[in-house]
This record gives sequence, structure tokens and C-alpha cells, in this order.
Amino acid sequence: MSHLGSDVLVIGAGGAGMYAALEAARRGCSVLLAERSLIGRGGATVMAQMTVAAALEDQGRDHWRHHYADTLAAGRGLCQPALARLLCEDGPRRIREMDGWGVGWAREGGRLKRALAPGHDRARCVYVDYLNTGPAVSKTLRAQLNRVPEIRRVGELRVTDLVVREGECVGAVALHVPTGRAVSLAAGATIIATGGLTRLYRRNSASLNMGGDGYALALAAGAELIDMEFVQFFPIGHLAPRLIGMDPIMWDPFRYKLGGRLLNGAGEEFVHKYGATDAGAYVATRDLATYAIEKEVAAGLGSPHGGAYLSFEHCSEEALRAAGGPVIDRLAANGIDLRRARVEVAPMAHYHMGGVRVDAAMATRVPGLYAAGEAVGGANGANRLSGNAITEALAFGARSGHCAADHAQGIARRADAALFAAGRERLSAGGRQPRFNAAARIQALQNLMQDYVGPFRTQAGLVRALEALGAMRAELDAGRPSAGAPFDTALADWMDLEAMSRVGQCVAQAALARTESRGAHQREDYPATSEGWRCSQALALDGGELRIERRAVAA
Amino acid sequence: MEKATLVIRRGGPGDAPRTEAHEVPFEAGQSVLDGLRWIRIHRDPTLAIRYSCTNANTCKECMVQVDGETVYACTARLQAREMRVEPLPNKPLVRDLVTDIAPPGERLRT
Repeated sequence: MSHLGSDVLVIGAGGAGMYAALEAARRGCSVLLAERSLIGRGGATVMAQMTVAAALEDQGRDHWRHHYADTLAAGRGLCQPALARLLCEDGPRRIREMDGWGVGWAREGGRLKRALAPGHDRARCVYVDYLNTGPAVSKTLRAQLNRVPEIRRVGELRVTDLVVREGECVGAVALHVPTGRAVSLAAGATIIATGGLTRLYRRNSASLNMGGDGYALALAAGAELIDMEFVQFFPIGHLAPRLIGMDPIMWDPFRYKLGGRLLNGAGEEFVHKYGATDAGAYVATRDLATYAIEKEVAAGLGSPHGGAYLSFEHCSEEALRAAGGPVIDRLAANGIDLRRARVEVAPMAHYHMGGVRVDAAMATRVPGLYAAGEAVGGANGANRLSGNAITEALAFGARSGHCAADHAQGIARRADAALFAAGRERLSAGGRQPRFNAAARIQALQNLMQDYVGPFRTQAGLVRALEALGAMRAELDAGRPSAGAPFDTALADWMDLEAMSRVGQCVAQAALARTESRGAHQREDYPATSEGWRCSQALALDGGELRIERRAVAA
Repeated sequence: MEKATLVIRRGGPGDAPRTEAHEVPFEAGQSVLDGLRWIRIHRDPTLAIRYSCTNANTCKECMVQVDGETVYACTARLQAREMRVEPLPNKPLVRDLVTDIAPPGERLRT
């Protein structure tokens, strides 16, 4: 078995992981940045379409406390204050640092342009035109990584187990994807920066590696997960007509710049019927807009593919061109002229507010184990404000890298092979002829989660989902291929199914226990928000069983 | 429903080259990657392809050759005819449609 050692191991090379690696190296640590896809290509950061929220205090126009107040309000009473504050207070420093690294934030005169996003009290979101924020952030961080020899970057390296010895995380076992071989990774501190779980849903804006594998790793290592029931659905993901080469979140920048009108299947505005404002302005928060669209569809007033219409038919060609730039040509290549036709949009799983439970140092309850970015739960409570995801990736990445580095510097690394034996054995388990197709099971799981653990939930639906997920897990072993083949995508599917079914159970159990509606968690059988539920739920494994406990939210 | 047929080159670096033809349902606006993913779910999960972002064309991982031309599988349009899908000819073959495209400084040699 190959062996790699580093002071700090970072799992996942999206925005949070790359920033964590940079910061740990700045503190004098050797870093291994391991990514199951290619460095800086997989994950959510690279797919970000536009807004990055930060209260830049130039000319006294904003202050992090205003951003903090908006974040808490959007979180419907469940934000962990220390995490939300770190996001808002440290965010501007990271945005400036990225600016210095040449990310290319859009400018007006000498000043960074700011967009007004739903839920913010003022224009606060920087961006890179056109629909290019994510690729620019990723590219900038990759360029910085390349300049730091203390950071070893290894793509196609999929962490399959965290190694815990005497209660401390001492590294991981990974699968080297191109060869199918096991690799042991010894580390003084380990950071989970694997993003969220939106691939659990049929309608999603996820990349392939957003199946919640970091949550499953954290659980198995003894860490807690928090707020798992809060999955954010982006209300206006692209639904129809079929487009190629476009992210489903693409309409977000158009709405920021042009407003646009959200219409039901009968061509009428409807968002106001559900207590929010839309009417040509993009101001309804994500949870409310999702609620309005889903309710309209349920009432038989959806668009032909089961969503709503988004219309820019009232906009001039000049305005569309100014807002969309080259994207207008990409739409034309797909046969879409926004002046003549509406598109169909629908809520899609886009972000996960829940995740690994950490303190303000990004430390889990397992010494040596940290988390960063979307993998962290709690900062955004029951609903995330637009623009907070990239800010959180950068701020939490930096903090986790800093704190993990300080932890690792006091640790003698353990590299004895026996530590990694169990993880290696797990990789070679399984048969040559799996008895089911895990890719098909994943699709079944996505349908199940969408239908019963989606934007609307009932006790009966959640119980049904938990039964089906339990049955899937009981059959897992029969479908397991053993590792050893090069680029074994069937094995990758099986591993994804194992993680997705476990994480799906976490979402469904937490959703079943929370007998109220709040933010992104809407129970048809408990439609009101209950003051008694102004608390979080933490999940942990106890003798192989999931245990759920309430946790107070600090004032 | 109309059909597309994907004729796919399979195997690893040491294997004798072989092709497999799969018929997939065709709907206007679909990509070649949609067809390959359909095959993995409905016919053969062992077909190796590399992709991450699925539809956004941001990860740039799904480069293959379609009818002899280098394309991204996620932006190449599926058509209701026979289409030949092969791995990149100028990169080391890993397996099936997957080639070694990682930058040399970001690979592990075992």
C-alpha cells in the first residue's frame, strides 16, 4: 500500500479546501490536498454563477453587522451565532485577498460592483461577469496553490475512511481511482471540505461528488452532524426546454440584473399569494419562492413540465445583451430567444444548511478532525441567504486551515501500517460480480428523496423514505465490487450509494423529528413555526445506530 | 420514441480494442453525456466515463472524441443516428472513455 504523510490533510479541493490548504501552509505546515475528482474542478465552487456576499466597508456604506443581521433573519432563528459572525466578519478580508490575487471582481469606477440579492438590506454581493464567479474563484485559488511547494495536490484520490486512534483522527485511507489501489494518508490534522449533499435529489444543481460523502466520513469517525433536515431548494432552477452547457442556476444573474417575472401555468403572477413579493423584482427569499412554486404546481397551476414560467419578454434586446453578454449567444445556440419565449423553472436542491457540527475553530468533537465550507452545518440556520456560500467557503476554509495547522504542529504523526489496516480491508471486501447496478439504485434514491424528503414533507412520506433507505442499506453488501480495477465507476457508484443512503437517513430522521415548519423544512402536517422548536438537532452514530438529540442555539 | 446508437470504444491500455453499440432513447436537446449516463444506469454500470459537473460545462472533465472530433460530452448534442464515441487519442488511456488528463503535478504515481 502506498503511503503519504502531511501535517494537515485537506479532503476536497473546492473553494473551502483550497483556501484551507493555503492557510495551513502559511502557518508553516506541510499539506496534502486530496480530491476525488481533479483539483479545482469538481465540487460546488466552480459552478457558482454570481453572487458573493461581503460587507465591504468602503465609504461607510456597509458594515459586517448589517450582513450578520440579514444572515440571522434569513436563518429563521437557527443560525449558530459564532459561525454566522465569522462568515460575515471575516468575509470582506477574504474578498479583498481574492481581489489582490486577481480574481477579477466586476468594477464600476474604482469600486467593486455590488448586486442587491434577496434577503439583503442593501447591495452587498460582488461577482465576476458573466456567470463566471465560480470558475474565476477556482482558477485564482489554483494559481495560488501552484506557488506553494508545501502543498501537495493529488487529484483522483478518494478518501474512503477516516482513521481514528484513541479517539483522535490521525489520517485516512483513500482509493487511488486510476489504479484501484489503497493509499494510507497519515496526518496531524484532517479537514473535511467535501461540500454538501444536493445530489441526493432528482432535481439538483449538483456535481457528481456532492453526495454527502464527507458527512458519512465524519459520522463514522464519531463526529456529530447538525441541522441535517434543512436542504435549500433554489426556486428557479432551469427546467425546460432542455439546454446543454448551462448550469441550471443560470437564471439567477438574469434576475439580479433584470428582475424578470415569475408566472404560473396560466401566465399569472402568483408569489404574492403566498405572503412574498415578486412582481418584477427579485426579492423573495429562497424558502418562500420555493414554497410558492411548489404550492402552485400542487394546485394544478404549474407549467407543462411541473414548474413555473420565468419571463423576460418585456425586456429590450439591449437590456438582455447588457445583462447576459455572451450568454445570450449560448441561449440562441440552444434555440432560446428570451424576448419571444418564457422558460420553465422549478425548485432544485442547491445547498445544504446542515452538516458537520463544529465550534468557532472549525473543530469537530473528534480531536484532529475539522470541517470547512458547505460541509459545515449551522452558520446559515434554516435557510441560507443568497451569496453566503462562497463567502463561507473562503472564510471557513481560512479558519479551518489556521486552526488545523496549530493543532498539527503539536502532534507526532503516526504512520504505523496497522492503523490503516481496517480501512484497507474494507476496500478489498466485496465480490467481482455485484448483484445490482448501483447507478440505478442511486437514481431510485434520488426519486425517493425528491418525492418524500423534498421541499414538502409529511410523517407518512418520511416514514416511507426511511423504510426504503433502510432496505437499500440492508442490501448494500450484495452489490459491492471489490477495489482493484482502474477507474472503476461501478465501485464509485457503490461507494456513493453507501454514503448517500446513510446521509439520506440523517435528513429524513431529522425531518421526521422536527414537528414544525421553518425555513427550508416544510411539514404539511405541521405548517406552523413553533417557538419550542427554536433549537437544532444533532445526529451521531451510537453502536451503529443513528441517535438524534436537541441542541440549544446560543443567543 | 426516436433512438440514438452510441458505438463506444471500450477496454484498457493492454486490451485488444473492442467496440460496443448501445441504443439509447433520444429526446431533442440531450447531450452525448446524457446518453452515456443512461447506458450506465440502464445497461452497463461498468462503462467508465469521467465527468463531474454533469451539465454546466465548467469542470471540463468529460472530453472525448465523437465521430473523430474532440468534444465535451456534455455539450455535444445527441442525435438520432449512430455516433462513434472514443477516448482522446493523444492522452494515455486509463479505461474505456477515461484518459489521463490530470496535470502531471497533481497525480499520484503508485
